[in-house]
Amino acid sequence: MRPVIPYVTAALLFGLGVYGVLRRRNAVLVLMSVELMLNAVNLILITADTTVRAALPQTGQVFALFVIVIAAAEVGVGLAIVLQLYRLRATVAVDDVPLEKVDA
Amino acid sequence: MSTGEAVTFWILVWPALVGAIGMVLARNAIHSALWLVLTMLSIGVFYVLQSAPFIGMAQIIVYTGAIMMLFLFVLMLVGRDASDSLIETLRGQRVAAVLLGIGFAAMVGTGVYRAMDNVTPAGLEQANAQGNVEGIARLLFTKYVFAFEVTSALLITAAVGAMVLAHKERRKGEKRGQPETMRARFYPGNYPGPKPGPGVYATSDSVATPGRLPDGTLTDRSISKILPVRELTSSESAPKGTEK
Repeated sequence: MRPVIPYVTAALLFGLGVYGVLRRRNAVLVLMSVELMLNAVNLILITADTTVRAALPQTGQVFALFVIVIAAAEVGVGLAIVLQLYRLRATVAVDDVPLEKVDA
Repeated sequence: MSTGEAVTFWILVWPALVGAIGMVLARNAIHSALWLVLTMLSIGVFYVLQSAPFIGMAQIIVYTGAIMMLFLFVLMLVGRDASDSLIETLRGQRVAAVLLGIGFAAMVGTGVYRAMDNVTPAGLEQANAQGNVEGIARLLFTKYVFAFEVTSALLITAAVGAMVLAHKERRKGEKRGQPETMRARFYPGNYPGPKPGPGVYATSDSVATPGRLPDGTLTDRSISKILPVRELTSSESAPKGTEK
């Protein structure tokens, strides 16, 4: 096995996630692009765990587990905020969110 | 390491990348979510191949099973027509996104390739000798036990926060009772009866064909509002003649 394959794949996935975050206007799709970036980082962590001879093996896997848990929490809260935004403004496009204060 | 692993990697790289590209480029939000599921499944197999079977299973169960289904639920709630418009509102956003995204991928990809090519992996056979789950649990409950507990606190806070945010407060007076509903239904200007069904003819029973009123005219009320969005031509939506 050449560990370079998953490393390069992870780099490409992260770049695509960056593109999605910058390009997408739907808030749900922006969150999905963030998930893609987190997945790329997880892939790096797991691959690094098998590549190097670490003092504490499997630390990368434990870190990946933490990242998965935090991603789950982030998605839960983020999607709840998106739902609330949809109820208030009837849109989920991030461009339509007014940044200045509006009189409700 | 075996060549079987390398072959599996070479096969699965393409679904992972194609899924990511499809997720970024798909117009329809639902298609986007399904492309991302493909990517996440491929990454889960990557984990299993790299002697991390527990994380691979967690990836498949938690990511594709729970998180992506949550995304799909929210997409259904927000509306099926939540597709992205490609109109640029910020000038130069596309160029910046391409430059940053693709440039970042190319830069990190080539850097990692130059650094990691011809590196023989150390492998985890020794660490996994007593079992992968046992090894993770040993680390998780000894060295990282504090972080583990903090994570559980974070999860329960996020769950409560999501419930509070998504909860819709409805006061007692806001709920419309039966008399008010009936009054609104029979109020002048509102049609209280059921809508007419689409036209069913000898040669066509398509839902895109409007029904005919007693006076012979077609009624637009009998077809779904989504159909004009599909831009049917007038010949497609017109009832087809019966005589050949």
